[in-house]
Amino acid sequence: MVKLLKMMRENQERLLTDWLNGLKAIAQRRDLISDVEVREQARKILTLISNPPPDTVLEDFSSEGWQTVRDQLMAISISRVAHGSSPSETAQFLFSLKPPMFKLIREQLTTTPDELFREIDVTNNFIDAMALHIAESYIESRDKVIARQQEEMLELSTPVVTLWDGILALPVIGTLDSTRAQMVMESLLQAIVQTNSRFAILDITGVPTVDTLVAQHLLKTITAARLMGAECILSGIRPQIAQTIVHLGINLNDIVTRSKLADAFRLALDRSGRTVTQKPGNHTPVTAPAAGVS
Amino acid sequence: MRTVSEQIITRSEVLPIRTQIDLVHVRQRVRTWLSEERFTLIDQTKIVTAASELARNALEHGGGGEMEMSLLAVGARKGIRLKFSDHGPGIADISKAMKDGYTTAGGMGLGLSGSRRLMSEFEIQSSPESGTVVTVTRWK
Amino acid sequence: MERIPILRIGTLLLVTIQVDLYDDLALRLQDDLSNRIAELEATGVLIDISGLEIVDSFIGRTLANIAAIARVLDAETVVVGMQPAVAITLVELGMSLPGIRTALNVDLGMEYLRQAATGENGVGTDHYAE
Ligand SMILES: Nc1ncnc2c1ncn2[C@@H]1O[C@H](COP(=O)(O)OP(=O)(O)O)[C@@H](O)[C@H]1O
Ligand SMILES: [Mg+2]
Repeated sequence: MVKLLKMMRENQERLLTDWLNGLKAIAQRRDLISDVEVREQARKILTLISNPPPDTVLEDFSSEGWQTVRDQLMAISISRVAHGSSPSETAQFLFSLKPPMFKLIREQLTTTPDELFREIDVTNNFIDAMALHIAESYIESRDKVIARQQEEMLELSTPVVTLWDGILALPVIGTLDSTRAQMVMESLLQAIVQTNSRFAILDITGVPTVDTLVAQHLLKTITAARLMGAECILSGIRPQIAQTIVHLGINLNDIVTRSKLADAFRLALDRSGRTVTQKPGNHTPVTAPAAGVS
Repeated sequence: MRTVSEQIITRSEVLPIRTQIDLVHVRQRVRTWLSEERFTLIDQTKIVTAASELARNALEHGGGGEMEMSLLAVGARKGIRLKFSDHGPGIADISKAMKDGYTTAGGMGLGLSGSRRLMSEFEIQSSPESGTVVTVTRWK
Repeated sequence: MERIPILRIGTLLLVTIQVDLYDDLALRLQDDLSNRIAELEATGVLIDISGLEIVDSFIGRTLANIAAIARVLDAETVVVGMQPAVAITLVELGMSLPGIRTALNVDLGMEYLRQAATGENGVGTDHYAE
C-alpha cells in the first residue's frame, strides 16, 4: 500500500489537525496530559508511519520496519502511565486516528469499491495493531512502575546501620511477610560483605508477630551469615515469637539471642575484644579498645 | 491476537550431559542465559545450583542424558524452565528420593529435595522403561 | 593433569579456588591437601572461595571432607569469602556445613589460623552454644 503511505505524507498536517480535533471531541481528560504533549506525540507517530524504511508494508505491523513506531508507542505508554491515564484512554488515542484516515482515503484514493474496501481494511488493521501494542506496553510499563515502588518501599523499611567498626545492626520494624523477610536477609548479608563486619545484630523488637515461614527466614539468615564468616545475634524477641520458635522445634542453642539490642551490642563488643567501661566521676560511657583485634 | 496470559517459549537450547565437563558447560550456559535475561544474582545462583544438582543426577544415577533449557514469557513476566532427561534405571521410590538426606549412592541426598526448594515449580516422572525426567521452572 | 595450586606460608596452607570446579578436580584437591598437610605437618588450611559462583552439594561435601580429614591430621580448616548469594543458596539447598569454620576474608581467616595454632581465642565463626 505504497499509495496510502504517500497520501499520508502529503496530507500530514491535515491528518494531524483532524486527529487532534477528534481527540478533543471525545473529551480525553486534559487535566492529566497537556495538549502540547498530545500534539507532539501524535505528530511523531504520523511522521514515523508515513516514512518507514523501504519495503515496509502496512499489512505487517510486527515487521522490523515498524520497530521505531513500536518504540514510540512504548514511550507514549510510559508517559501515559506516569500521567495516570487509563489503558482504554491510551488505546483510544490511536483509535481516534481512524475517522480522519478513512475520510482522506475516500476523498483521495479510490477508484473502485473493491479497492476502497481493501484500503480501509488495511488501515483499520494497522491502527488496531498499534492500539493493541500500546495497551500491552501500557500494562508492561505499569507493572514495572509497581514493581519498582514495591522495591523502594521494601528498601526503605530495611535500614542496615553500623553501630561500631565491624558491628552492624538491622532493626526490623513492622510486620514481616515472606518477601520482606527475604529482603531483610539479602540486605543484611550484603552489608556484612560491604562493611567487612564480623557481627550483625538482627533486632526484632519492632516486630509484633512472626509466622512459621518468617521464623524460618530469620534462621536461614543467621545460618547464611555464619557460612560467610559473620556472627548473627538475635535481639528483642517477644514472648509470642519465642513461642513460635520453640513450637517450630528449632533448637535455640544454635542461635545467640539477647533480650535487648543494647545487650546484643555489648556481647558483640565483648566478642570482638572490646569492653565498655565508665570513667570515674564521669557518667558518659566510653569504649576502650582491648587487646589485639582492630 | 496475543493475550496477556498465554505462555510463550522465546528461546530454547539442548545440552548434552555425558561427562563431568558437560556439567561445567551446563552451569556456564545456564548462567549466561540468566545474566542476559537479567535475573537477580541470587536467582541466578539458585537456578545454576539446582541445574548442577539435577545434571549430576542424570549423569551419575541416570547414566547420562541431556538438558533442555527454555525461556518462558507470560505477558511481561519471564521464567526459565530446565528439563533433565535420561534413560537410566529410573527411581524406584520417588517419595523417598524426594526426602532430605535420602541417597542410594553415598551422596548428600539433597539434590532432588534441595532443587525443589530452590525453584518455583518441580515435576518428576520416572519409570524403569523410560528413565527419569525432572522439569523445574523458576519465575523472575 | 589440571590441579589447583596449594600455597604454603609457614605452617599454613592456602588454596584459592577460582575456576568452576569439576568433580574430579575437587577430589584431586582433597587428595593433594591431605598429602600436603601430613607431609608438611601443617597446622592450618585456608580455602578462599570468594571466586566461586556456586557451591552445590558435591562441592559442599568436598569442603566438609577436607575439614574432617584435616582435623584428623591435627590441622584446622577455615573457609573464607563465601558470597552472600552462594550462602543463601546453600542454606536453601539444605547444607549448613556445621563442622566448618568460616571467616569473611583471607586476612581474618589467617588471623584465626595463627591464633588457633598458638592456642589463642579465634576470630573465625563457628557453631557454638551459649
Ligand atoms: N536421574 C536419576 N535416575 C535414577 N535415580 C535417581 C535420579 N536422580 C535421583 N535418583 C535417586 O534419588 C536419590 C536422591 O537423589 P539426590 O537427592 O540428588 O541425592 P544424591 O544424588 O546425593 O544421592 C539418589 O540417590 C538416586 O537413588
Ligand atoms: Mg544428586
